[in-house]
Amino acid sequence: MLTDIAWGVIVIMLPLTGGIICFIWPAISKTLGLITVVGTALSVTGLGWQIIESGPYHHTVGGWGAPLGIDLFADGLSLLMLIMTALVGLGVSFYSKSYFKPQEATWFWPIWLILLGALNALFLSADIFNLYVILELIGLAAVALTALTGHIAALNSAMRYLLAMLLGSLAYLLGVALLYHDVGSVDIATLAEKIKPNATVWAALGFMSAGLALKSALFPLNFWLPPAHANAPAPVSALLSALVVKASFYILLRLWSEIFGSFGEGAAALLGLLGAAAILWGSLQALCQTRVKLLIAYSTVAQVGYLFLAFPLALGSNGMVWGIVAYLALSHALAKSAMFLVAGNLLRFSGHDRISGLEGTVQRLPLTVSAFALAGISIIGLPPSSGFIGKWLLIEVAVTQGRWDLAAIMIIGGLLAAAYVFKVLGQTFSDAKVSHDTGTVPASMEWAALLLAIGAILFGFIAPEILSLAHIDVSPSTNGITP
Amino acid sequence: MNNAFLFALVGVGIFSLGLYALIMHDHLLRKILAVNIMGSGVFLVLVALAKRTGDALPDPVPHAMVLTGIVVAVSATALALILLLKVFAKSGQATLPDRCKE
Repeated sequence: MLTDIAWGVIVIMLPLTGGIICFIWPAISKTLGLITVVGTALSVTGLGWQIIESGPYHHTVGGWGAPLGIDLFADGLSLLMLIMTALVGLGVSFYSKSYFKPQEATWFWPIWLILLGALNALFLSADIFNLYVILELIGLAAVALTALTGHIAALNSAMRYLLAMLLGSLAYLLGVALLYHDVGSVDIATLAEKIKPNATVWAALGFMSAGLALKSALFPLNFWLPPAHANAPAPVSALLSALVVKASFYILLRLWSEIFGSFGEGAAALLGLLGAAAILWGSLQALCQTRVKLLIAYSTVAQVGYLFLAFPLALGSNGMVWGIVAYLALSHALAKSAMFLVAGNLLRFSGHDRISGLEGTVQRLPLTVSAFALAGISIIGLPPSSGFIGKWLLIEVAVTQGRWDLAAIMIIGGLLAAAYVFKVLGQTFSDAKVSHDTGTVPASMEWAALLLAIGAILFGFIAPEILSLAHIDVSPSTNGITP
Repeated sequence: MNNAFLFALVGVGIFSLGLYALIMHDHLLRKILAVNIMGSGVFLVLVALAKRTGDALPDPVPHAMVLTGIVVAVSATALALILLLKVFAKSGQATLPDRCKE
């Protein structure tokens, strides 16, 4: 039967195997890469069906089980993140098919498939040490992809990115060591059961949160993000902004919703404060940029800020806010990947991505500009997009808890986002005074960007379904799983 | 204060030294070394805390974690070194440019 297949294992093993074969046999990497990504997306569908039919997915690798073995676990929240990865992965893969030159493609496909496998493994993981290893795998793959073009700017940003990633993971690992010492387990469900606040646990909370905040580019630890995301090739920027940043945020979300949430109010307030600062600072920086890709990268800093507002709101909302934030992450992933793919199209079209040189692009690349406009609608948070629903729900939670300050910052963030989106959009509509040196943009690249942007809008119409999905058993500890 | 706790404290000290060096030094090789030293600090904490069992045999799980951690550290260092070589080949210097000038 289809429901008996261990989809969770396939979702991890398929891209990893595909990636290794691509390394060995570069000639078929493009075809094999596409097949693997489609196959992985289908397996995610299978896993999703399994979870909807029969509740959270649980698999003990090799029959070992916690505390010694590695457990795979997926509830609605993991499923939402897996769907996000599958959708963005599909869009970016079909885009990359025409984007990369053969030389770059031989490296892009294997590393991207390994990154895909690692991302899926992260969302399926149920133990904090395993998460560390996967986090490093994601970091190394992401750095390698950043350096893909071999230009000096790309190499410099990749180096800075790598050092920041390693620092983040080591701080996280130190936290894991302390938690293991205090509780004697690395299994999240066991930790959630046994944890009691004391000095060791507080130190662990500090190290882990700081390390993961650095990896998620929370203000003021975001110094590495804009250069890395702006200097990477466009499809890679899309993957980094849409998925890789969410990976470390997801761990933070898991840790807080299940382990630290009950006692870490002070630290949660600090995370929220930094999130609010990130919204204002990132949006203002985005507004000041003169290059499209840097503008989009700073917009990521701001949008990640929204996700961090969940921490101070979580205690009063009975865990509902985690589902909202996961939905917002999904919405941002679709819109932001569309935006970076658009930036890649503009770069291909005019040879540069200066905002001042975009006059008249709308007549030449109507699909690309529409994609930017639709993605922009979601980033700003205008109805009926998914960005609107996510931000609206988050503002509603803030207002019911009397956090008018956070609600106000979210609204200001939306206005600033409107300003920077229209800064680009307005330029594409103005009359071209000089004719541009135009490269041709393949149709698949235009459509990939447009479909992702349309996805960001369409998810607004199925918001209730998605949100109920996120709440399939938020907490694995209450659901009495026996390994 | 027992021995294991002392070793763990030293581990945290080594971690902090590495962090200091990572932030203060400009040369990329020194930065890479600093990250490795931070890693050693964490490993020392793990090994020391494995002795929390008292007189009984030490807990093997943290030891396994250290082994995994070493593998990860080796791969990360390899990637960092090759990136350093590439940066040096392209720019002729082994430091990152000031961010404001990028």
